Amino acid sequence: MAGLSFDLIALQLFAGLALGAIYVLFAIGLSLIFGMLTVVNFAHGAFYMVGAYVGLYLISIGGNFWICLVAVPIVIGLSGLAVERVVIRPLYGRGIDYPLLLTFGLSYVMVECVRIAFGKTGYPFDTPEVLQGAVDIGVGYFPLYRLFVIGATAVVLLALWLFLEKTSYGLIIRAGARDPQIVRVLGVDVSRVWLIVFGIGTAIAGFAGLLAAPLQGVIPEMGGTILAEAFVVTVVGGMGSIGGAVLAGLLVGVVVSMTSLFAPEMAKVSIFALMAIVLIVRPHGFFGRAGLMS
Amino acid sequence: MTKKVTKAGSISRRRLLTTASAGAVLAVSPFRINLLQAEEAPIKIGFPVPLTGPYGAEAQDQVRAGQLAVAQFNDAGGLNGRKAELVVRDDKLNPGEAATRTLELVEKEKVNFVVGSLSAAVQLAINNVTKERGVIFNSISQSDAINEAADFSKYTFHEALNPHMTSGAVGRYAFTKFGKKVAFLTADYAYGHEMVRGFLEVGKEFNIENLGDIRHPLGTTDFSTLLPRLQALKPDILCISNFGRDQQIALKQATDFGIKKSIQIIAPLLSHASRVAAGPQAFEGVVGGCSFYWGIEDKFASTKAFNEAFRQMYDGKLPTDYGALGYGGVRAVLEAVKGAGSVETDKVVAALEALKYDYYKGPQYYRKCDHQSVQSVLVIKSKSKDMKNESDVFEVLSTEEPNEKYLRSCEALGHKS
Repeated sequence: MAGLSFDLIALQLFAGLALGAIYVLFAIGLSLIFGMLTVVNFAHGAFYMVGAYVGLYLISIGGNFWICLVAVPIVIGLSGLAVERVVIRPLYGRGIDYPLLLTFGLSYVMVECVRIAFGKTGYPFDTPEVLQGAVDIGVGYFPLYRLFVIGATAVVLLALWLFLEKTSYGLIIRAGARDPQIVRVLGVDVSRVWLIVFGIGTAIAGFAGLLAAPLQGVIPEMGGTILAEAFVVTVVGGMGSIGGAVLAGLLVGVVVSMTSLFAPEMAKVSIFALMAIVLIVRPHGFFGRAGLMS
Repeated sequence: MTKKVTKAGSISRRRLLTTASAGAVLAVSPFRINLLQAEEAPIKIGFPVPLTGPYGAEAQDQVRAGQLAVAQFNDAGGLNGRKAELVVRDDKLNPGEAATRTLELVEKEKVNFVVGSLSAAVQLAINNVTKERGVIFNSISQSDAINEAADFSKYTFHEALNPHMTSGAVGRYAFTKFGKKVAFLTADYAYGHEMVRGFLEVGKEFNIENLGDIRHPLGTTDFSTLLPRLQALKPDILCISNFGRDQQIALKQATDFGIKKSIQIIAPLLSHASRVAAGPQAFEGVVGGCSFYWGIEDKFASTKAFNEAFRQMYDGKLPTDYGALGYGGVRAVLEAVKGAGSVETDKVVAALEALKYDYYKGPQYYRKCDHQSVQSVLVIKSKSKDMKNESDVFEVLSTEEPNEKYLRSCEALGHKS
């Protein structure tokens, strides 16, 4: 196929960054929970999916997309708090595979519950009217809604960074991740810190699910595909590193996009090829800490 | 002390009674099962379809309509009082899973016939099993390969359209109306490949220019990295050959990218269930083919009767294209059973070959050499306005009448004469 212009390559690069933004948004929640709690949350995809369904439900009872942007993270965050308090907390200190298996099972339960409540068939999810259509970004037309997703991801990242780096509560969370024992000795209730971190992580997952809904519609299995891709992102970025997740997410997006341009059949494989290469050169990913998994 | 003994005694007596009665039930039950089997063992139709996964919406419709065909057969008295039963299995859109489930249906469930499948690739796996076991399989999903001598057997029937017929009908319509420069976005498996081959073949008659074919894996959720390239090719027509959720997402995202402004999107097949699941926006203005649309009820009494029966069974819902195939596939087999007066495979094969039927969409028959159902193809367009009910989603643009000239010839398929 002929016709490789500069504009096309630039547009393709941009499409990759936009796709990367979705990966980032999904993966930071995963990375946050792992980095702080060393819980590999296999139910992350399920929270993402439930986020989309909560949005769907709220709109069906008369809400709009903007209300959902606030309400969905709150609802999913609260359910995340409940899950942590009731089923995950008893497993702390038991080895990394316990919560992994638990959340794996939990994801099945959640998907099945949604299938029972909403049916196995998917639902359409309309893009909010003001964000419909494509706009000229200089090198070609790009969907307005995808630009909005990039913006929303940036806002979430900024808010998370400010919270972790600039507030005293963020300081406690970071300290708790380094050395929970010392923090406990200093009189801080570490279990409450973990509870909140889990809640924030799941809230971001729900938010990501809501943002993904207008891109691809809503279906009970929607969390499955992205979970596999997000694990690649967190592994490439370094397990538990939020900065790493951001860098790796964008990189994965661009790699997928560029492979799509030259060899579309290879796009899906390229993600895993990237992971293999990165792990050969840097076994802990970009910014991973050694020993977190042990 | 004495009290204790009495108590122990009473327990053991009770236990004796329970054991004895359980034993009696056990002794009687195999006999009873044998008796039932001899007298009224149901005619079992195995029905493997991908209930979970990207084609789930369509598969559920297949089951619903298949159940309707069985219910009608039973209400009409069955085969001299012998009732039919649909044994549904989820093949998860996976050839390995489908082969295992089919083998299980044949070996364990002892099904008399197999009807089903919803994938060009998976149906070949099912066909391999049924072919080897000598069980009739009526496929209700598109495939060209299943007609070819290498995969065909005398037990293989194909109720669905095949890609050659579908792309032929859509191509003949679109290439005269929308332009000659065509780009393709294709699901990278048998269905997509066969559709593109069909479009290119019919395209020769119209001198179309093939600008390029971009292939995506089955189950893609993001097409944003493929669409800029397709747009840059500046085609008159973008032909999107994928199915189910892939089709829903591809059309939705193509709409978001503004592709419809300058390019006509066509699809070999527009699935009713997918159109409903994706909403009117995504499918608006897209032209494609289908085997059935409930709206042809003004034209055919059989369609009207099928719609009515389906409505009655499913709270006023109307049947979809793939649902209709489930109905047609099951009903054809059951009518052949009635005609043959038996469930014996060879007699039913002969009865199916002799059928001239009109169950839901006008006249049809199975071509002798490859058992392909010769039938009409509808060319339809998705609407977003003036919808009378939730099923009023397409407008029929033209109908290609049933004719063997639209099929590949028996020789081309490798059959003798």
